[in-house]
Amino acid sequence: MRDARPSVTVTFDGEEYDAFAGESVMDAARRLGVPIPSLCYLEGLSLYGGCRVCVVQIAEDHRLRPACATTVAQDMEIKTDTPLLRAHRKAIIEMLFAEGNHVCAVCVSNGKCELQDMAVATGMDHVRFDYQAPQREVDASHPKYVFDPNRCILCTRCVRVCDEIEGAHVWDVAFRGADAELVAELGKPWGESTSCTWCGKCVAVCPTGAMAYQGKAVGEMQHHANVVIRLATARTKGQWLDPEEVG
Amino acid sequence: MTDARTARGSTRAGSPTRRAEDSHPSGDDRYLVIDKHLKRARFSQDQLIETLHVAQDVFGFLDESILVYVARALRLPPSMVYGVATFYQLFTFDPPGDHTCTVCTGTACFVKGADDIVAQVGEAFSIGAGDTTADGTLTLKTARCLGSCGLAPVVLLDGAVHGRENADEVLAALTRIMEAEPAEPVGAAAEGGEG
Repeated sequence: MRDARPSVTVTFDGEEYDAFAGESVMDAARRLGVPIPSLCYLEGLSLYGGCRVCVVQIAEDHRLRPACATTVAQDMEIKTDTPLLRAHRKAIIEMLFAEGNHVCAVCVSNGKCELQDMAVATGMDHVRFDYQAPQREVDASHPKYVFDPNRCILCTRCVRVCDEIEGAHVWDVAFRGADAELVAELGKPWGESTSCTWCGKCVAVCPTGAMAYQGKAVGEMQHHANVVIRLATARTKGQWLDPEEVG
Repeated sequence: MTDARTARGSTRAGSPTRRAEDSHPSGDDRYLVIDKHLKRARFSQDQLIETLHVAQDVFGFLDESILVYVARALRLPPSMVYGVATFYQLFTFDPPGDHTCTVCTGTACFVKGADDIVAQVGEAFSIGAGDTTADGTLTLKTARCLGSCGLAPVVLLDGAVHGRENADEVLAALTRIMEAEPAEPVGAAAEGGEG
């Protein structure tokens, strides 16, 4: 499909590419097939920039930039895979594992988890930080879905999809810092929420096993985060993509 | 003449419109203060934090019904209102005690021994910073900076500024205040602490 937007030349790891002026490094990379890892970023949702897994280096700039929140510029030299970036990404994944209770062996998403995949991809074989082992109660009050805050990484994908695509805004992040947690309405059990439409988009986009369908056993939960691409395209462009193609 | 004016005045005072403005449908007229602010803010959604401040000033604290009230008035999702209210330290969900002791723990006050004041007051009343005594007489709070660093360490007792304090003086003043007058109504105490 032709696109009339003005383009800029950028290099990803030494190779030249044409990117659209104004788009983010992440969007350009995705479109051009350059792999940049990410967790909170999801095409079709607004920008959050919270996970910092997508950091890239720009030329000799010592600051790491989140690819999702950095706009491409002419002659930008982007490095997506350097020892420094690998070390940072690995440390971030380690911190995520230390912060919650991520026990893959008993998780519904075992084998189908973006956090787990990221740990494998970054070669995270142990955690150097102390496990926080927080005490968090599982919310199984909803008739169709389960929320397990122990597996939540606060990527806010569910918050954004519920607000922007479904329009219900059941979820939000409450409290702050180490106490931050995902809440439904005023911190109520999910099942008591009157604004939830039971649409399940929050479950679909969850990168971990934090949100799952009721009754799923270990490794049985398959998420469908790409559903957002279809819905967002339909909403913004009035085009309905093939589910088989997009997911 | 006089009779006519009086008659007109009394009619106006007794008109249904006037009565509706003077009381809130919920039966709690403190909501009128929130309504007044909301109207002045033209129910603009970005007035959420200000509205919560006003609500906390009149109620002394925030609870679920207040958050729901504000959320509905501003047409905001309850989870967002809850998220904002829980994010900021200045919002409290516990009713404050009859008296409040706010110790500034900003840099200057800290250097001048604010932590010692917090510790000693806390010990004397067996409460930690941010807590209220079991009998509800005193709330011990800390503040980041009150903007009066020249008076460090600064302590607010029921909203009144006390500068260049030490733990003994604060304890003495607290005892004086708590013995002196009966408990102030929650709203009045909160308004005194404003700013």
